Amino acid sequence: MRHYEVTFIADPVLSGDEVKATAQHIQDELTRFGANIVAVDEMGLRQLAYPINKRSSGVYFCIEFACEAADFIGKFELNLKRNEKLLRFLTVKLDKYGVKYNDDKRNGRIGKRAAAAKKAAEEAAALEDSLTPDVVDLDA
Amino acid sequence: MAASREDVKFLSNPRIGLRRKKYCRFRKFGIKYIDYKDPDFLLQFINEQGKLLPRRITGNSLKYQRRVATAVKRARHLAILPFLADLMK
Repeated sequence: MRHYEVTFIADPVLSGDEVKATAQHIQDELTRFGANIVAVDEMGLRQLAYPINKRSSGVYFCIEFACEAADFIGKFELNLKRNEKLLRFLTVKLDKYGVKYNDDKRNGRIGKRAAAAKKAAEEAAALEDSLTPDVVDLDA
Repeated sequence: MAASREDVKFLSNPRIGLRRKKYCRFRKFGIKYIDYKDPDFLLQFINEQGKLLPRRITGNSLKYQRRVATAVKRARHLAILPFLADLMK
């Protein structure tokens, strides 16, 4: 199974529904080509670092998908290029470390907040253990 | 009589001026994948003008410096990082 990741930027002047429709259209295209979608990440409206097509912001999407065959990637990218609602796109093949990183990121195991949350959970568990009273056997 | 050079040196930290050990942070912490979508992480490897920092400054090994470079270039393509800027940091 080959894992890929496509990140694309949708035009910000489109209405919210149109943006969602565009993303949905691309997902349907992928499933039609025979890929199974692992995750869809809408990164939302972001400021671009430089203007593209005179626009200074865009709606970012990231779709991670997996497929056995790989011949449809060329056709898929051609369709993305022809789509007027997209400003930019980038398709990347993910190696096993990339797949693992994305998986960890989705499950919150990455980042300082994740480490802090894990530490807080551990401390809470330790505190709970120390607070539970010793079981006193009254019948003895 | 002026103190000799050896005496003077030990009034302060004798280790002063010793080079801090430079290491590749990816090798040390076992990070295998560099995400191009994460601009806050990639900011460590570019200067205020948005240019990539050389390996002798960042301390990366060759393998990871190349991966950092491709990640930064992908981020630039997706307008997550600029090609050229002023006062990036």
